[in-house]
Amino acid sequence: MIRLQQVSKLYGSFAAVHGLDLHIRRGELFGLLGPNGAGKTTTMRMIAGIVAPSAGTVEVGGIDIFREPMRAKAMLGFIPDRPFVYDKLTGAEFLRFSAGLYGQEGPKVESLIDELLDLFELSRWKDELTESYSHGMRQKLIISGAFIHRPEVIVVDEPMVGLDPKSARLLKLLFRRFVDRGGTVLMSTHTLEIVEGFCDRVGIIRQGELAACGTMEELRLDAASEGAGLEELFLRLTGEHVEPNLDAIIG
Amino acid sequence: MPSLAERRRAPGVFDILRPKLLSARARFRTRSVRAPRGRNAVLGIAGFAALGGAFVIAFRLVSYFKNVPEIGSLLAGKLLGVAFLAFMSILLLSNLVAALSTFFLAHDLDLLVAAPLDWGRFYLAKLGETVVHSSWMVALLSVPLLTAYMIAWDGGWMFPVVAIGALVPLFVIPGVIGSAITLLLVNIFPARRARDLLGLVTILAAGGLVLLLRLVQPERLARPEGFASLVDFISVLRTPSHPLLPSEWASSMLMNWLTRVADPLPIVLLWTTAGAFVVIGAALHRRLYVTGFAKAQEGRNEGVRSGTLGWVAHRALGWMRVTTREFVLKDVRIFFRDSTQWSQLILLAVLIAVYLFNIRALPLFTGEQVPVFLVTLIAFLNQGLAGFVIAAVAARFVFPAISLEGRQMWLLRSSPLDPRAMLRSKYWVGMVPLIILALILTVTTNSILRATGFMMAVSVATVLAYTLAVGGLALGTGTLYPQYDTENAAQIPTSFGGLIFMLFAIALLAAVIVLEAVPVTSYLRARQARAEWSPSVYDVAAFVAAGACCIAATWIPVRLAASRLDELET
Repeated sequence: MIRLQQVSKLYGSFAAVHGLDLHIRRGELFGLLGPNGAGKTTTMRMIAGIVAPSAGTVEVGGIDIFREPMRAKAMLGFIPDRPFVYDKLTGAEFLRFSAGLYGQEGPKVESLIDELLDLFELSRWKDELTESYSHGMRQKLIISGAFIHRPEVIVVDEPMVGLDPKSARLLKLLFRRFVDRGGTVLMSTHTLEIVEGFCDRVGIIRQGELAACGTMEELRLDAASEGAGLEELFLRLTGEHVEPNLDAIIG
Repeated sequence: MPSLAERRRAPGVFDILRPKLLSARARFRTRSVRAPRGRNAVLGIAGFAALGGAFVIAFRLVSYFKNVPEIGSLLAGKLLGVAFLAFMSILLLSNLVAALSTFFLAHDLDLLVAAPLDWGRFYLAKLGETVVHSSWMVALLSVPLLTAYMIAWDGGWMFPVVAIGALVPLFVIPGVIGSAITLLLVNIFPARRARDLLGLVTILAAGGLVLLLRLVQPERLARPEGFASLVDFISVLRTPSHPLLPSEWASSMLMNWLTRVADPLPIVLLWTTAGAFVVIGAALHRRLYVTGFAKAQEGRNEGVRSGTLGWVAHRALGWMRVTTREFVLKDVRIFFRDSTQWSQLILLAVLIAVYLFNIRALPLFTGEQVPVFLVTLIAFLNQGLAGFVIAAVAARFVFPAISLEGRQMWLLRSSPLDPRAMLRSKYWVGMVPLIILALILTVTTNSILRATGFMMAVSVATVLAYTLAVGGLALGTGTLYPQYDTENAAQIPTSFGGLIFMLFAIALLAAVIVLEAVPVTSYLRARQARAEWSPSVYDVAAFVAAGACCIAATWIPVRLAASRLDELET
């Protein structure tokens, strides 16, 4: 459903992503892990059609997102890491606008707006300007916005940041149900427990390259660490398994 | 043994301001290094030309006043007093808004308020930041004015030091007053509500000031013969002055230096007042800041319902495609809910009123018959003025359209929205009110001028074509030179791209006026010869060329903007 072939992204002479090959199948929940600055967000934004790759191709549903952006993007729902929304629109207006971007309107959209706001417990704030929303409420609003046009693929960058435990659990259930019904989710996160207990497959990205990819079992075999938790695996695969001298810092 | 915290030096005012200073330095360096070749040169030349022009005007005026026998220095002193009074009024308004941001809404406040900082140093640092933010442009403007005084009176090399000695307290006093008023307001209203309120008050006050200055007809001061006696004239000169105004002390301090009068009173009054104000401001800050800051953290819960107006707008735009309609509705909603945007309409109304007043105040219709030649010439040149006003309005309302999408561009870029559809929507949202404004200005002024049917037709056609072109130019340059990080729409046109837009808009206006001068001259010649005017090939060619310029100015920037949006990465 999502296919990246030899994708690279250069910012000047710095390679944020280098020769990345990735294939995420329909009905799969894929987790992308990596240290800060590894190239996860750049990869997500390339898949969403926001950042153009310097080399390689990005396909969504078999369609090149930069050759036929309208068709490819119609299938996609993107949830960025920072929930910037229009401060002077209400929650309902934002969702109506999001649906309008995909050419959708009418009673079905209106009822879906109510259902999504109800699901994320935002109904009380439906007619409030989003400038009065908290970070978590904005996050829930943009998640609702990604589902408003009934996409086939969800690309989500750091979905759990700012969410309370109840909402985080709800989101996991939502993603799982979405995937069970044939949808595809690509999720970047730093929350290792979520990836470990929740994703079908995991990719670990380091310095713009895919360091490892597979199910948890496959990753353990790769790292020759049978029985190890994901944190241990992650640190081993990203080469960050170093204990700093904390005593000197704390004093 | 003292703990680590006790051994630490208490942070001073400069320690608090250091991150801001370092950020400003880094921003300056980044801009210098990354700026495309020629950008700094264009900015430098434009800035130098503006300041140079201001200096020439100020120098001519000051020299003229100086040479008036007996009352020369009185006139020059009054001019300086009025200028300083205007500076203080502007500074008071801008400090009100700046203080809200620096004391209550800035991103560094969480860090600073949580740190063990001395309240007095914190106040001084934030007051300094407020004063610098609000006053740098006024300080820059005062350079050509004071240089004119220095040269006209041979003020000597010490004059800049004296001038700084007068300006610093003059800038600090409105800074303290503005910060104190903001502090009181934030203790009464939530910060966001206070921001809207302050923005509105500022715009109303600025608009009122401009209107007042125009309606008192300052041009009468240049015609002393219009007064019944010298006493009347001098009493009018004295109107804005008051012995307790700091602007008067500052102007006296500088005029005393220039006219070699030894009088320390203005210096003492100015500095002691500024010092006393800072102490009073600090005391108020100590008493009220903590509660005010806590209140500023409260969000505003304001329910918004679309109501009948929303329903009507939705129906009226029903013929549009869903995407375009939602885009237009979104832009209109945001405009009318953002006080920093809609309040600018008040200034626009003042601008139109002053413009129409100026046309009406022309000494044209005083009883005697005015030749058609003169009326037609003025109506023709009026196109230039109207065009300039429309360009300025487009700079304020159309130029920022794409920049304002900056933070939400992720939503637009990840959706199947055609960037061309977005540009079309932005273009017409800006164009409809701009065309209405252009037609009101042109038809009303031509009616006041009693222009001929031919001139009315030429003016209306020209202003329509020019407005459509200037809209395309504004949208295009606004997309090519975006300011995605600026949240305040009013700041966006003051960028380099805004300058480029204004240069192109004026060049287009000049080209259209010069081209249309050909058929208008031919028409006037025919009228003077009392013959029937029939346009020659040259006349038609000139009209076609002017139209072609407008079409090119509409089409090319929008096309370039569409390509830029295709390649945009945010």
